[in-house]
Amino acid sequence: MLNATLIALLVVMTLALIRAVKGPTIHDRILAVNMFGTKTVLLIAVICFTFGEPEYLDIAIVYALINFVSVVGVLRYFEFRKRHGESATEVTGD
Amino acid sequence: MIETLQSYASGTLLLLGCFFMLTGAVGVLRFPDFYSRMHAAGITDTLSTLLIISGLMLTAGWSLALFKLALIMLFIFFTSPTASHALARSAQLSALRLPQIPAEPAAPQVSSSSTRADRSSDAEPEAADSTRV
Repeated sequence: MLNATLIALLVVMTLALIRAVKGPTIHDRILAVNMFGTKTVLLIAVICFTFGEPEYLDIAIVYALINFVSVVGVLRYFEFRKRHGESATEVTGD
Repeated sequence: MIETLQSYASGTLLLLGCFFMLTGAVGVLRFPDFYSRMHAAGITDTLSTLLIISGLMLTAGWSLALFKLALIMLFIFFTSPTASHALARSAQLSALRLPQIPAEPAAPQVSSSSTRADRSSDAEPEAADSTRV
C-alpha cells in the first residue's frame, strides 16, 4: 500500500507541475507550486516508511516550514509589484 | 490480530488519501477558473494530508516517528489555509478579480448570454480602487 501511495504521489506531483508550466497567470503557478511542496512533504514521509528509516522525517518537517515561508514571500512580492504598477498607471493617466 | 487490523486500517486510510489527492490534482488541472482551481486544491490538500499522515501514524505505532508525523500534520493544518488565504487575497488585490455582481437586478430585455459581458464591463471601473482591502 505504501508503494501505491508513492506512485499516486508522483502522479499528483506531475499533474501539479503540468499546471505550473501551463498556468495562464502567476497565481495559478504559485498555487501549483504550493500544492507541489505539500505533496513533497508527504512524499518524504512515505519514503521514510518505505525504506524503514523514520529518522528522515525531520527533513519533511523542515520542508513544510520552508514551503510555507517561500510561498508567502513570493505572494508578497507579486502583490506589491501589481499594486505599484496600478498606482503608476494612475499617475501617468492623470 | 491487532497488527492485522492496524495494517488494514492503515491501508484504507492511505487509499482514501490517494483518492482525494488524485481528485484534487485533476481538479487543479482541469477547472476553468483560478478560484475554482484554488477550491479544488485547498480542500483536497488538507483532507488528503490528514488521511495519509493518519495512515502512516498507524504504520508507525508508538514511537518518536508518531510525534514527528503529528508535528507535520499540525504544521500543514496551520500553514495550508493560511497560504490559501494569502493566495486569494493577493489574487483579489491584483488584476485577477472575481466578476462583480451588478447591484440592481438585470433589466428584462437583457438576455442571459449578455449578462457575462455586463459583469466584466462592470468590473472594469472597480479595478481602479485597489486601496479598499
